[in-house]
Amino acid sequence: MEKKRVKFTFVQELIKEPVIWKLAKQYDVITNIRRADVSDDRGWVVLELEGERDEIERGLRWVEEQGVRIDPVYEDIVEG
Amino acid sequence: MNFAKNLKCKECGRVYPLDPVHVCEFCFGPLEVFYDYETLGRVLTRERIEAGPPTMWRYADLLPCRRETAVDIGTGFTPLIRANNLGRLLGLNNLFIKNDCQNPTWSFKDRVVSVAASVAREFEFDTLACASTGNLANSVSAHAARAGMKACVFIPGDLEQGKVIGSAVYNPTLVAVEGGYDDVNRLCSELGDKYPWAFVNINVRPYYAEGSKTLGYEVCEQLGWRAPDHCIAPMASGSLYTKIYKGIKELTWLGLVDWRATRMSGAQALGCSPIYEAWARGSFTIRPQKPQTIAKSLAIGNPADGYYALKVLEQTNGAAAAVTDDEVIEGIKLLAETEGIFAETAGGVVISGLRRLVQEGRVDPEEVVVAFITGAGLKTQEAVSPALAPALTIRPTIDSFEEALGERQRSPASAPIAVGGERR
Repeated sequence: MEKKRVKFTFVQELIKEPVIWKLAKQYDVITNIRRADVSDDRGWVVLELEGERDEIERGLRWVEEQGVRIDPVYEDIVEG
Repeated sequence: MNFAKNLKCKECGRVYPLDPVHVCEFCFGPLEVFYDYETLGRVLTRERIEAGPPTMWRYADLLPCRRETAVDIGTGFTPLIRANNLGRLLGLNNLFIKNDCQNPTWSFKDRVVSVAASVAREFEFDTLACASTGNLANSVSAHAARAGMKACVFIPGDLEQGKVIGSAVYNPTLVAVEGGYDDVNRLCSELGDKYPWAFVNINVRPYYAEGSKTLGYEVCEQLGWRAPDHCIAPMASGSLYTKIYKGIKELTWLGLVDWRATRMSGAQALGCSPIYEAWARGSFTIRPQKPQTIAKSLAIGNPADGYYALKVLEQTNGAAAAVTDDEVIEGIKLLAETEGIFAETAGGVVISGLRRLVQEGRVDPEEVVVAFITGAGLKTQEAVSPALAPALTIRPTIDSFEEALGERQRSPASAPIAVGGERR
């Protein structure tokens, strides 16, 4: 089992979609929300995912296909 | 002495020991170094600082490592010059330029990396790592060399040769990663989890970021122990901008300068301006962007400290500006032609951003304004070279010289004069 910390950013059209619930339902991944902020036009959720590495990867690919942006919790790492 | 006390989560306030960790275990919020300000207030005086070396390490008491073991290649205490020529042009009567081009690897990154390398050595890491498109890579490579550490530096595969040399000369393990910016980002976040390295802006980030505070300290000391009325700094991740403010605040908490309610303004390139965009919307939510600008040292589309930068903008009644790439070049030329300082593109962003804020009436002409120039122009020559007037070419005779000079004076372009032709 592995743990992965990620940040999901949702555009307005996806705010009402239960993406995280579906992720846990469709894939063998435990989702653990640590911090979130949702406004009228955008929302983000910082969470920890726990599961087999491949399963986490498959789940994240599906999340990305839904139009959710996925970042490491520390945002951009590449600096000038 | 070292007055760093612990790490504190910026979101939930949980406290952690001074370890190589960067996010809160509970809320995954970023951690920040917290000091024993009570003892510092008793111990630290202007005289104690002034007796220190003419580098950023004169402020070691306010950094999370000891001066005696610091990895110091002579960073900091760079010139603060009064910019009368540029000030007159912009309509500012008290404009100062903090010229951080004069650091050992020619950018402010030496400040943060000097702290990161020092801490990494104290934590007994043997490898210093980073992912960078330029300045950070140069500085990490240089500091690792000085510290006797290994360096592993990740760069995008399509990086220009000129930028690679500034790192390669120090002989790090230089890794060119195929793919785009996002690929490098993702790979490095995974490497950060897997390898026992000091990744300067991941696991030692809370310490690394503290180095930028020294810009705030220096400016206050160089103004005669006085806080500026208004600062304008470039914003990429937002870390530098927020830490300059933290530095000024700390000096006021410690009674070393009077509180002046310093206004903090920030500048971005329009092609990568997520902080400006959120500020203009009146929001604290960053919308990540895909960078498209010549100001590559500021090209962070999803800034780690963007939210905190927006908070500082609000708290200090500062303003944000975003400028086009043409304005970036104009800003570089303006600073060079008026004050004799050749800045990289980030400097062009700051100068044009300042000009824009003045035009919008957001800067009082009498304010003591400090513009932070964070990197030297030789690093980004390709950005500005097409906009420069070509040299005059003449035969080696006085007639030819005077003829060319006459033409030059009739032409609006101001070209430098170079003598060419065969030797007599």
